[in-house]
Formats: sequence, C-alpha cells, structure tokens
Amino acid sequence: MTGSESMTGLSGCLLLAAINFHTLLFYLFATLACGFAVGVVLADNVVRMALYLVLSLGATAGLFFLAGAEFVGAMQLMIYVGGTLVLLVFGVMLTAQAPFVSLQTSSGDRALAGIVAASLLALLLQAAVSVEVWRRPGLGEVAPPAATPIGTALVGLRVDEPPPASPSGVRSGYLLPFEIVSVHLLVVLVGAAYLARAKRRKTPRAIEVAASAGSVELAVEPRRRTGGATSALTAGGAR
Amino acid sequence: MADFLINSVGLPPWLAWTVVAGVAAFLILNVIAGGALVFIWAERKIAARIQDRLGPTRTGGRFGWLQSLADGIKLLAKEDLMPEGADELLFKIAPYVSFCASFCAFIALPFAFDFVGQRLNVGVFFVVAVLGLEVFGVILAGYASASKWSLFGAMREAAQVVSYEVPLGMCVVVPVMLAGTMDLVTIAEKQAGWFTNWYLFHDPFTFVVFWVYVTCAVASVNRAPFDLAEAESELVAGFHTEYSGLRWSFFFMAEYGSMFLVSALAAVLFLGGWNGPIPVAELLGLSAGTGDTAHYFVRLVGCGNLLLKATLGVLVMMWVRWTLPRLRIDQVMTTCLKYCTPIAAVMFAGAMLWQLFLPGGVVPGIARPAGEIREGWLEGPGGAATRGVAAPVDKTVAQVGP
Repeated sequence: MTGSESMTGLSGCLLLAAINFHTLLFYLFATLACGFAVGVVLADNVVRMALYLVLSLGATAGLFFLAGAEFVGAMQLMIYVGGTLVLLVFGVMLTAQAPFVSLQTSSGDRALAGIVAASLLALLLQAAVSVEVWRRPGLGEVAPPAATPIGTALVGLRVDEPPPASPSGVRSGYLLPFEIVSVHLLVVLVGAAYLARAKRRKTPRAIEVAASAGSVELAVEPRRRTGGATSALTAGGAR
Repeated sequence: MADFLINSVGLPPWLAWTVVAGVAAFLILNVIAGGALVFIWAERKIAARIQDRLGPTRTGGRFGWLQSLADGIKLLAKEDLMPEGADELLFKIAPYVSFCASFCAFIALPFAFDFVGQRLNVGVFFVVAVLGLEVFGVILAGYASASKWSLFGAMREAAQVVSYEVPLGMCVVVPVMLAGTMDLVTIAEKQAGWFTNWYLFHDPFTFVVFWVYVTCAVASVNRAPFDLAEAESELVAGFHTEYSGLRWSFFFMAEYGSMFLVSALAAVLFLGGWNGPIPVAELLGLSAGTGDTAHYFVRLVGCGNLLLKATLGVLVMMWVRWTLPRLRIDQVMTTCLKYCTPIAAVMFAGAMLWQLFLPGGVVPGIARPAGEIREGWLEGPGGAATRGVAAPVDKTVAQVGP
C-alpha cells in the first residue's frame, strides 16, 4: 500500500478500492456463486438449471483461483463444470420422455427441501464459525500453494506434514477415501448407463415402421437397437 | 512489469495489477482475433489450392489478403436473427460461453519464458480443463436454437468431446511425467538446447503419443474430419444453423482460437516450446543475464518460434481438413475408444518404462536425459515450498491482498 500515499490526488473512494481489491473480487465471485445457485433452484427448465449450475460452479472455481489454490480451482473446472455437467446434459437428453420437460415441484417437496436445506445451512454455518483458526486474519499468506503434496497424498504419501510417532513411521494419505470415491463413481456410471440404455422391447410404433419398410429393415432393427449410447444417437436421427 | 509500474512509475499496487492484467488480456485477445483473421484467409487459400482453384484474388490487391476484413464487415452488417421458439437468453449467451472458454485457456499458455498471462503451477491441467468448457457453449447453442439439426449437432459434439478428452488427457500426461511438473513454462524449459531434446524425440513412445495427441486435438476442437457437429451436407451446418452475423462469427473466433491453442500446447509439450531447433542464442552466449536488451530480444525470438510452430500446426489441421473425408459418428467413436485410448495407454506405460530403464537415451551424448530432475518430493515440507515454481503466483496473491 506504499504507492497509494504518493497518489495524493486520489479520492477516498479509490483508496477504499485499493484497500479492498482482493476482498472486492472475493465478494464479486461469492455473490455470483450464491446468485446462480438460487437461480438453479428457481429455474424450471432443465437446461437453464444446468447453465446456472455451470456459472455457479465456475464462480466457485474463481474463488479457489483467488485464494491461490490453482489445483483445486482447475479440478473444480475439470470435474464439476466440465465433466459432470456435460454428463448431466447427456442424462437429461437421453432419459427424458419428452425432451426438456419443465420440472414442476409440488409444494410438499418444496417444504421438505426447504427444511433440509435450512438445517444443513445452520449446521455448516455453526461449524464454520466455531473454528477459531478460520477467524484469524491473514490466513492466505501462510504457505505457498503447490499441487505436489495433494498429488502425493492422493497416492498415499503425505509430504506436507512430518510423520507422527506411529509404529510404521509414515503417515497414510488419502488413498483409501480416494479409492472409495472412485468405486462409488463407477457404480453411479454403471447405473446411469443402465438407466439410459436403449430399450430392448419393440414398441408398436417401431413394429409399424419396420412392417412398412419391409423385411430388410426388420433384419437391421434389432442390431441397431442394442448398440448402446452411440447408436442411440444415430437411431434418434432415423426416427 | 507490475513491479516496474509500482516501483518506477509510482502507481498504487491495485492499479498496477489492473493495468498489467488489462495489457495481458488485450494482447491475448489480439492473438485470437488477429489470428482468426489471418487463418480464415489462409484457410480459403489453402482450400482453394488443394481443390485446384485460386481462392480470393481481388480483395485488397494481390492474393486477396483483405478478404477476412471484408468478411468481417459483411458479418457486422448482417441482420441478427433469432428463430421463433428459441430460448432467448441461452441463444444469446451461447457464443460468448464458447469464446470465453477459448479465451480463458490462453491465460496459462506461455509464449516465451516470462511472456505468460498467469504462470500456474498446474498450467497443463488448467488449459485442458478450460478447453473442455467450450463444448458447453455448443450444447447451449444447439438446444436454444429450437431446431432439430442444431440439437443433433450439439448431441454429436457432446458425445465426441467427452470421449476424446480421455485419450487427450493420457497423451498430455506423458510430457508431464517426463518433465516431472505440470507447469508449462518448466516443461518447455526442460526441452531447451538442440532439437533432440524435444520430447517428440525423447523416445519412440513419445513420438507415437504425439501423433495420437494430434488426432485427439483435431477431434477436440471439432475440425474436419471430426466436424460432425457442423456437418454442412447432412446437418445443415449443425449447431450454428440458426446463427447469423456477429454471433456466428464468435463461434468461429472460438474455433480458430482453440485450434491455435491446441497447436501451441503441442508445441510446448512436444516440440520444445519457444526453443528453436538449434540453440542459436546459447551458441552466441546471449541467454546469460536478465533484464538487458539482448535478453528481451531472445525472448521475442522465442515468442516468434512458438507462434511459428503453432501456426504450422494450424496449417496442418487445414491440410487435413481439405484432404480427408468426414467420419461417421460410429467411426469417430471407434477411432477414439478402440484406437486412440489403447494406443495412448500403451505408449504411456512404454514411456514410463523407458524413463525407468533407459533414462539417458540409447545414444549417449546426443540425447540428454530430460527427465532426471524431480521436484524434491520427499525432502519434507520445505522441498515443495522452496523450489520456486509457484513464486510469481504467490507474489500476485500477496501483493493484491490487503
């Protein structure tokens, strides 16, 4: 802040901006994240919800970058904004009966969701305020951020903390939680593929089309229908 | 530069950092926009030559070199149409989403040693992550257009990009493994010297991985022969069927920006970055010392090196586009899942074993070991902190902060 004293002509408003530059960006990103999160809840179109979710998660990634945690920020972009949302759009498009139905929540669901969300928020706020260390100023200047400790900790080796006086002498990393999460994700993927796969049984419409197109189509039809997601795309074009 | 502004000019830090950010953003924007102008003209000329035509010849005198500018004026003057039944907000926002993703990825791309918007210690990861966001603009455009051709295009694009991110990530991991870091600046620095130090020539596996990367990069930026999302002959231009005027041109700026970006990334990861094939500066003894004129001249030449390599990559993409026929969607998926992914996986394992058993190369004296330096993983808590990779980033955080 030494330079700001030399600029005597600056108004107090600019001085305020000089002091709160980092904080200003923090509040900007935080407001964006919260605002778009509310947008996700209030929107009734699935694709709009996805867009608001992307923007909200992107603003959260911005918060991570602002805090100097590039690895976590890039992770946020890669996994949540990039991967999950593309998969979400995919799932919506493949599973919806009529494409892009508007979602209408009943008032009972709304009340239930409100109660759950409010209690979770209360719990998280209480937990966040009760931690003494987090209220200390200047926390961001403690250690330079680096991706290597996180990476090595994920494969089971902690290099960021000295090993405690345990019998084995090394401190185990996050390998077990990482593997558990991976298996969970695998289960979710298999379930999603099961839900989204093309149905085997023939609908009356398909039989009618096949009958009018002749016996050649009948021979082709079963192979095309069992081909999974890729051929479901091409089959969608033919329908 | 920010230090110079703060200490010599006397600007307050927040203004200095804003000015620096503005200058960087301006330069990157001009690389994309100016690059798009040149590349669109080059694309027309190359397409014409490959098809035994002349291409634009009259606009701006010889060679039709003002053709892109004329195109731009035409696009500006076009009516901005939106189909009835389109989702207005999403239709309008989609081109900007695409362009922003393409633009943001340039932030972490180094043009020369310290010509980089923001040096991140996870630069490779950041670029790949942000580049994947471009698909979201395409999906939004396809959905919001209220046209079935657009929707089919968007679906194909989503399927293709999501699939090709897997082998692309595997290819990118190989240079990261050889360099021992995800910092793009460090990766390029480790390939300094003669061109035999480039990771392309590090071992046979990296040589193969480079070509897999090229295939996946062409697919991930949605260029022919993988341009199913905008297949003119079957989908009536696909996801941008309903777009016209300036919004349409934003999609194309994003596409040419992404082409340039993946080419520059290939240059940094495999082709030595800003290091020329022959270390002229080193032979002349220019690279010693920092801050003097000769040093900046070396940086400028390095920047030119990188731009040249990236431009060559873009030209190769154009050559491929006008040479190969378009693949069907099932062929695209087969190429990705049955060829690119297994090849990349095997080459990754091969490069790893090579690194383990033949770290010095087969011919000692020609190939210097490029990957022997690790980051001091196991030295304890101080090891990672003192290696200096994260230093510029830390300075930013510390000085911007209150």
